[in-house]
Amino acid sequence: MGADGRTWGSGLAKLYHSTMPPETTEAARPRSGFFSRLRDKLGGSRLAGALGLLPGRPLDDELAEELETELLLADVGVDAAAEIIEQLRRRGAREGFADAEAARSALRDTITAMLASHSRPLAIPDRPRPFLVLMVGVNGAGKTTTIGKLARRFTDQGLKVMLAAGDTFRAAAVEQLQVWGERNGVPVVAQQPGADPAAVVYDAFQAAQARGIDVLLADTAGRLQNKEHLMQELIKVVRVVRKLDPSAPHEIMLVLDASQGQNAVNQARQFHEAVGLTGITMTKLDAGGRGGVLLAIARQLDVPFRFIGVGEQAADMDAFDAGEFAAALLPASS
Amino acid sequence: MFENLSDRLRAVTERLRGRGRLTEDNIRDAVRDVRRALIEADVALPVVKDFVARVRVRALGTEVSRSLNPGQVFVKVLHQELTSTLADGAAPLNLRQAPPVIILLAGLQGAGKTTTAGKLALYLRERERRKVLLTSTDVRRPAAILQLERLAAANETAFVPPPGPESTPLEIVESALDSARRQQADVVIVDTAGRSRVDEALLEELKQLHGRLMPAETLFVVDSMAGQDALNAARAFTETVSLTGIVLTKADGDARGGVALSVKAVTGCPIKFIGTGEGSAALEAFHADRMASRILGMGDVVGLVEEVQRKVDQEKAQKLAAKVSKGQGFDLEDMRDQLSQIMGMGGLAGVLDKLPLPGVSADKLAGQMDGKLITRQVAIINSMTPRERRQPRIIDGSRRRRIAAGAGLPVQDVNRLLKQYGDMQKMMKRVSKGGGMKRMLRGFPGLGR
Repeated sequence: MGADGRTWGSGLAKLYHSTMPPETTEAARPRSGFFSRLRDKLGGSRLAGALGLLPGRPLDDELAEELETELLLADVGVDAAAEIIEQLRRRGAREGFADAEAARSALRDTITAMLASHSRPLAIPDRPRPFLVLMVGVNGAGKTTTIGKLARRFTDQGLKVMLAAGDTFRAAAVEQLQVWGERNGVPVVAQQPGADPAAVVYDAFQAAQARGIDVLLADTAGRLQNKEHLMQELIKVVRVVRKLDPSAPHEIMLVLDASQGQNAVNQARQFHEAVGLTGITMTKLDAGGRGGVLLAIARQLDVPFRFIGVGEQAADMDAFDAGEFAAALLPASS
Repeated sequence: MFENLSDRLRAVTERLRGRGRLTEDNIRDAVRDVRRALIEADVALPVVKDFVARVRVRALGTEVSRSLNPGQVFVKVLHQELTSTLADGAAPLNLRQAPPVIILLAGLQGAGKTTTAGKLALYLRERERRKVLLTSTDVRRPAAILQLERLAAANETAFVPPPGPESTPLEIVESALDSARRQQADVVIVDTAGRSRVDEALLEELKQLHGRLMPAETLFVVDSMAGQDALNAARAFTETVSLTGIVLTKADGDARGGVALSVKAVTGCPIKFIGTGEGSAALEAFHADRMASRILGMGDVVGLVEEVQRKVDQEKAQKLAAKVSKGQGFDLEDMRDQLSQIMGMGGLAGVLDKLPLPGVSADKLAGQMDGKLITRQVAIINSMTPRERRQPRIIDGSRRRRIAAGAGLPVQDVNRLLKQYGDMQKMMKRVSKGGGMKRMLRGFPGLGR
């Protein structure tokens, strides 16, 4: 590809795209779900003009760099991006790529494969009851909104849901949760501002036991992972509720903001070290950030990815799907 | 992560050690590694490319003093450039308008706008002695308005609630402006709903609010943990409402905060404050040098840069010490270097530290130097030709008069300098033959008299 490769390259890529049969990968199939909405919102590829012909050839350096750039722009991180491109290069050397679009498609497959083992939806088992979900994360990640969405989801599944207002620190956090409780018609257990969150969750768990609740969703205050005393507070919440049920919390879910960058890796690692995460949910995937940092996290931690949040309404949430996530991360060039 | 970065930069500098000047070749690795470091710090990729290209241009052609290596020089230039970029256009809050002065806060969901509104109100009241009024137009997020009301109450700041339960953001600000006039408030801080950069309707609403309020300050509130898309978000916001400043929140976390550079680059606005905690008092002035160090890998790199600067003096001192103890090749250039270092303070102490001088306090000796005398002596040497400095023997009466005229001093001063130089040479010969170092020091100008 020459210096003007971008212009003629994109023309040919478009031609290829329109004349070739539809891609057979999951990623390219039209969908009506959240991810297709997401793709619509975000528009097409930022790489739209950078593709050329590579008839059955290995990955060339220029395209490799373009794809790596696109990964970096999606917050995948330097190491994870390099590893993914290296895998693609090896596959290119083995099989060859018909054209740039084929290389993109293969890259999506690679990403999907990396995420596949983490793609484990949260299914509420028949036992134990109540099933306690403890939400954790940094300030502003979207924990309370996610609880609202989860309440809707589980209620729709016919489960009896209750909310625990464990964020006793931030002003009006309790009221924010109560609004979500009202919207979903589920009870909210709260105490006065400044109360011990461990006591709130403990009391709520007892109340849930007494009322035959299926799922108890416990909010907690946002905390930066490098604040030792706040992480200790979280550890205490877990320790105290285990007095009522040694297997609780049954899910400790980290909420990550998709607009954040590489610090999310620290968040995942340090929350995991403190309380042992059993799930990660990514929010705000509709806001522009692509959440590629999940790939960096997937390389380091074996924690399931549960849900993605794509808006402010109760229904704006979907189970995490590796293929769809990959497709949104690296959309087909248009 | 920080350790990795400084290790990497050390590795870069070590790889480049021993090569005397900055070329495309010997900074290639450093450039690549610094790019990588900036990307890991979440500086947006286009900004990384742009910034590194700029620093490279500045660094190329920089002459590398023999005591430094190219990697160190490159890091030094990069750190300086990063600091000056971040500091560019620094300005305090603009409060010099007819009251009420309006401050509008905008940003993505969860960036920390409401908390920042509370902090700003407290700051303006406590530090600027202003009468502040808070209001929130966030009718979207449940209990967002209540959150600000609670913060206002906790800080004893006036708060204007929406006039009715279904009020629009525009109605809310009208009501707030009304209250501000009646209560004669100095400043009105307007919190807004968080919005994504792709939400046209909300951006339009923000534009309307901005048009109605004509704020003195429109601050973009951004999370220090933000990633690559922060660049696009900042662009979308600044195109919608022409931002005037940036507030970087959650800076008490362990994020490297590359977003500061991204947002600065795309908006050109000064970073006015950083949020450093959850309490309402945790709002601090922005320090570009600290932020630059943090983005590059915290204090380690600054330490490295400072080490580099110290090293310049140290190596000069070592060279001189070597010459002095050999008692040969000590010419007027060396004398000038030495005098200049003494003027730069600490230089002489550095020299003396290198010499085996039992019972002599280096600091005390350095303190005895006469600053004016040294300045004059340096002026005299500066008036000489390079050949005269290397071979002082050739300086005859005619040359002495010319040098004196050039330095603007009487010819006697030139004579005195040359005599001192001669004495120093004699001393050094004695030293090299086993004479005492203390006696030798009498030959230094201004010392041992």
